[in-house]
Amino acid sequence: MFGTGLLQGLAVTAKNFAGSFLVRERFVTTQYPEERTKLPEAYRNFPFLVSESHDDPLGTLRCVACQICEKECPPQCIYIEKSRDKKPDANGKMQIYPAIFDIDTAVCMSCQICVEVCPFDAIKMDQVFEIAVTNRFDGLMLDKHALAKPNEYFHSIHPTEAAEVDGRLAASRRAAEEKARAAAAAKAGAKPAVPGPPPPTPGAQP
Amino acid sequence: MNAILLLIALATLGTAIVAMSGRNLLHSVLLLAVSWSGVAAFYLWAGAQFVAFAQVLVYLGAISMVVLFAVLLTRRAREDFGAPHNLTTRSRFAVAAGAAVAAVLLWAVSRSPLAGSKGPAPTVTVRDLGRQLLGQHAAALLVIGVLLTLALIGAVVLAAVDSPDFPEDAP
Amino acid sequence: MKTTSSLLENAPVLLRDWATAFLPARARWFADSLIDIVAILAVFGLLFAFLTLAERKILGRVQNRPGPNRAGWFGLLQPFADGIKMLTKEDVVPAAADQVLHFLAPVVLLAFSILTFAVIPYGRNLVPLDLDAAVVFFFAASSSTELAVFMAGWASHNKYSLFAAMRALAQLVSYELPLLLSVVPVALATGTLSTTGIVAAQAGWKWGLVPRWLVFTPWGAAAFAVFMVSALAESNRSPFDLPEAESELIAGHLTEYSGFKYALFFMAEYFGMCALSGMAVTLFLGGWQAPLPALEFIPSYAWFAVKLLALLSGFIWIRATLPRLRIDQLTRLAWKLLVPLALVNLVTAGFWELSAGWQGAHQPLRWAVAIVLVAGPALLLGRSLGSGIGPRTYRYA
Repeated sequence: MFGTGLLQGLAVTAKNFAGSFLVRERFVTTQYPEERTKLPEAYRNFPFLVSESHDDPLGTLRCVACQICEKECPPQCIYIEKSRDKKPDANGKMQIYPAIFDIDTAVCMSCQICVEVCPFDAIKMDQVFEIAVTNRFDGLMLDKHALAKPNEYFHSIHPTEAAEVDGRLAASRRAAEEKARAAAAAKAGAKPAVPGPPPPTPGAQP
Repeated sequence: MNAILLLIALATLGTAIVAMSGRNLLHSVLLLAVSWSGVAAFYLWAGAQFVAFAQVLVYLGAISMVVLFAVLLTRRAREDFGAPHNLTTRSRFAVAAGAAVAAVLLWAVSRSPLAGSKGPAPTVTVRDLGRQLLGQHAAALLVIGVLLTLALIGAVVLAAVDSPDFPEDAP
Repeated sequence: MKTTSSLLENAPVLLRDWATAFLPARARWFADSLIDIVAILAVFGLLFAFLTLAERKILGRVQNRPGPNRAGWFGLLQPFADGIKMLTKEDVVPAAADQVLHFLAPVVLLAFSILTFAVIPYGRNLVPLDLDAAVVFFFAASSSTELAVFMAGWASHNKYSLFAAMRALAQLVSYELPLLLSVVPVALATGTLSTTGIVAAQAGWKWGLVPRWLVFTPWGAAAFAVFMVSALAESNRSPFDLPEAESELIAGHLTEYSGFKYALFFMAEYFGMCALSGMAVTLFLGGWQAPLPALEFIPSYAWFAVKLLALLSGFIWIRATLPRLRIDQLTRLAWKLLVPLALVNLVTAGFWELSAGWQGAHQPLRWAVAIVLVAGPALLLGRSLGSGIGPRTYRYA
């Protein structure tokens, strides 16, 4: 009938108005910055460098400065300089480490290509978006100190991914240990048993 | 002579003169609107409230719109709003014609028996006006009503008929 | 009546008389008028400020979000923040614009908008100007604001502003007619054009319970509906806000205005809304009168305020609900629906007044005939306007 459409529309808006006071779930605004919305786990914004322990984040970086991410980055926002010396990594092997690792977050487009190509799971996507600065030239250039964050942090923001990475790394470490033990066992079994120091003869003086 | 009446008369005639002698057409229209509101002020001074408000409603609210639309819709370029090239000849003829009409009106007014009243002006309520319009002057009101209806119907017919040259202009 | 001597009721007049008591009698009239003007500007200025806030908050709540709530407790300081913003903006006037007209347009608009507040009775003895032809004064002042719209569009020296100004003028002129025609039956029924007289004619209660407001008659309800729709269009409110919508020729005739002049246009629009709502309360909702005899202890200006705020909330509710009409849809609504309805309403009102003496069993018959006369044309016209809407046919060159 003439006019019923208008009245139905008015009823919908009235219901919404009343509902915004009475039915809390309808009222989906979060009062930022007092409240924060829970970000989805897969949300990503700017990378960070994973380090094994939180006591010494800069010293236990997984990154070995292979520079693959620097080459693959589409806007070329990563700048890496290798170190001249080597340091032991989590497995005890001596590795070079990045002396300088800069990411220009003003340029970074969070495409995650650096994460995809890293063979060492050293660089992962962070979820920071409140890094505004007042200096627009180099204020957004994050260096190694700002980028290094511990593995616990990685677990807190991307639990599933972190668990999967940890599992994979632990498995590869176990596999490496197994291989080393098998190689050592094979080496020990291949050669004739090299007599060790002769057993002390009874009565022989050392 | 009342000072207020003098002021109103100066405002009305002054703006009318400036409007008629102006160069810019739209400025003239707007000054004419001021002149019409001066006439409304005159009616208020004379105590005819209803006529004053009706003057504002009709002239400022409707007739000025009609004049503005007519001016805007018939000028093609902004340059058309300036003064035409034969302004001085036109204005001489206009002043002559206006002076003739004014002379006739003044002669008619001076010849009519208007007794100057010393008392205050009678206040006519809207109710009395209504009674007079529908009582004594009902016939005139009906004739004007029929005339306006005919004009409106004519306007609607003119606007609604499709021109045979441009059938796609039909709504 | 004992209520007229209550202190709260007479407080405004008593305050004013106390303030001007020390002046001689000749200057007292002038001082009274000055106080009235200042009071109206203050009250309606504050109402305008908080109306903008209320609109944003109500619109927000309807859209499942809070409105502004940062600028002070519940956003109450938001209008003042907006005011400061408008005042400190740079006033940009195009170099090719007509400087005098560009400056005068908001001034003329605001002047005529404020003039309309002079004849509305806000309380029992609270009408600034008690004119015999008050209703004509009101509509004369509100129709003179159209000149300012044209001045704004023309003086901007911008062809899009000019087109938009002409469209705005077309809208304003089209809706003048139903606005005025819906008020004519009120003059017919109450026998006067004075606003105080119209309010006084709606006094009393039928059977001690139902107020004799004109909106409770069939023709009154129809006239009220036509008046409200036309008032929406006259004050350029949604869904008739084509002249000032952002997506329509930028801001229409207001494109070249910035800062305080834009705020003045905005203020004039809200003042127009308040004045037309105030007039609707006066003409149809019984003005400052209480709806029940038992509630008469509440002062008259409080009742006026309650009714005014109810109508303004209705305006905001409609803005939250309805989409914008195109210019051809709006003019078609005015000329093909509202004007015939208003004319038929005149006939219905005439019938109602002539049959006022019917008694007994004829009363329901009177109501039935009046309702048919009101609802019938509305349904028929609505049906014919809605028909013919189907898929568009295209004609190619």
